[in-house]
Amino acid sequence: MQRALTLQQTTIGKKVIMALSGVIIVGFTLGHFLGNLNLYLGPEAMDGYAEKLQSLPPLVWGTRLVLLFAFGAHISSALSLWVRNRQARGSRYEKRKDLATDYAARTMYWSGPILLLFVVYHLLHFTILPAHPGEVYRNVVEGFQNPLIASVYIAGNLALGFHIFHGIFSAFQTLGANHPRYNSYRRDAAIAISAAITIGNLSFPLSVLTGIVTL
Amino acid sequence: MSEELLNLTLHVWRQDGPNDSGRFETHKANDITTHMSFLEMLDVVNEELIENGKLPIAFDHDCREGICGTCGMVINGVAHGPQKLTTTCQLHMRQFNDGDEIWLEPWRASGFPVLKDLVVDRTAFDRIIQAGGYISIRTGSASEANEMPIAKEIADQAMDAAECIGCGACVAACPNASASLFTAAKISHLSLLPQGQAERQDRSRKMVAQMDAEGFGGCTNHGECEEACPKGVSLRWIARMNRELVRSMVKADAPIENRKR
Ligand code: HEM
Ligand code: SF4
Ligand code: FES
Repeated sequence: MQRALTLQQTTIGKKVIMALSGVIIVGFTLGHFLGNLNLYLGPEAMDGYAEKLQSLPPLVWGTRLVLLFAFGAHISSALSLWVRNRQARGSRYEKRKDLATDYAARTMYWSGPILLLFVVYHLLHFTILPAHPGEVYRNVVEGFQNPLIASVYIAGNLALGFHIFHGIFSAFQTLGANHPRYNSYRRDAAIAISAAITIGNLSFPLSVLTGIVTL
Repeated sequence: MSEELLNLTLHVWRQDGPNDSGRFETHKANDITTHMSFLEMLDVVNEELIENGKLPIAFDHDCREGICGTCGMVINGVAHGPQKLTTTCQLHMRQFNDGDEIWLEPWRASGFPVLKDLVVDRTAFDRIIQAGGYISIRTGSASEANEMPIAKEIADQAMDAAECIGCGACVAACPNASASLFTAAKISHLSLLPQGQAERQDRSRKMVAQMDAEGFGGCTNHGECEEACPKGVSLRWIARMNRELVRSMVKADAPIENRKR
């Protein structure tokens, strides 16, 4: 225990924790998206899938516990590094030009908190206070038929896309995976995974709004 | 090359000492030839300031040939100025155009307090080296060069990391004022070579602990340091430092001591 504690006291250790917890959350997000593809198979498939999951409490609660832990670790490390990194600059540059930072990297401390708000809203909307308990398909379709709710999901998932694009790339580097022969694949992997999850997730509210998926 | 003379406007950070809050001052640099180096241009401005009974602009320099790592300032928002892989002393005025406005600022980092104008105190780097950037060997006459076989690829990698001249541009360019690239370069070149193995177990823990204790920020993998580095030191050494640290932390018998500035 002593050893693990000392690693997390260093700036590098905190980043390692962010990377590992981020990878756990991304893994869940990918599985979550794949499960939601049941929406395209109709109400029986969607509600049946949900019922199946609910009939396995150890799986559901195990996942929730791990995710809660991962979010806690991720956010607390982010906050502690944020405070530290701001203090490290001291005075501000009058002129400052970024040479390498892309949009996703620059906005991590915006996309992250936006994601947190979105996740809280999302849990309240579908998990904690669903309109029709047990009728998952109906909740989703009725929800997304409201353009306001649909736009919250669209905005939230755009933030997700940017966050995990830089996050996945960053996690490779933080965890020490950097080799000139394979480095281009790190970016490719980040693009592929973040694009798959984001475009997939965006398709749900968009297909309801356009009437492709109906009640 | 044309014999064009440049007339420039400089906005220079002036700060009387570590406790002064500092301000920008505007100076003209007239009739500057394009063959001058950036520091020679500042020499001209300073001579005029001295002639007019004013204090010259303080800036650090020593070798003026890009090897000592003493010089360095943020020029128009870029550490060491607009030319890639080039220290401030090796930057030439042909990189600028007549009529340009140039903003000059010191490296800004809590770990590098400003001493005066554009001069910062970089002894934090010395303390990071003292913490673990050394090897213990019996000194004496030089040993035979091929006594210890080292694979060419490893020797090349160690040389790439060892190119770091300790200028601090990586800290200046980093959005978090992190000293990761410098520390990683030093940890890496020693950990690659057989001579560096004796202290390898503890080196990364000690140097990272000192880096943190100096008040530098953490790495967010933006890559600004690599772009600013006049020696092209690669981000791959930061990944290597992280591997070294985790490996050392997992294997070590005792936790690291907390270090003081
Ligand atoms: C909920 C609030 C969240 C906050 C405040 C937050 C904040 C951050 C910050 C500040 C970073 C480091 C950025 C950098 O290195 O420049 C980061 C990295 C990361 N985030 Fe998040 N994040 C949040 C949620 C999420 C979510 C929902 C996911 C995935 C679906 C995620 C995945 C990642 C990954 C994989 C990394 C990479 C770790 C690394 O830098 O090595 N984060 N996050
Ligand atoms: S890594 Fe590059 S920028 Fe940083 S101190 Fe060394 S030479 Fe300067
Ligand atoms: S003065 Fe030595 S590197 Fe510039």
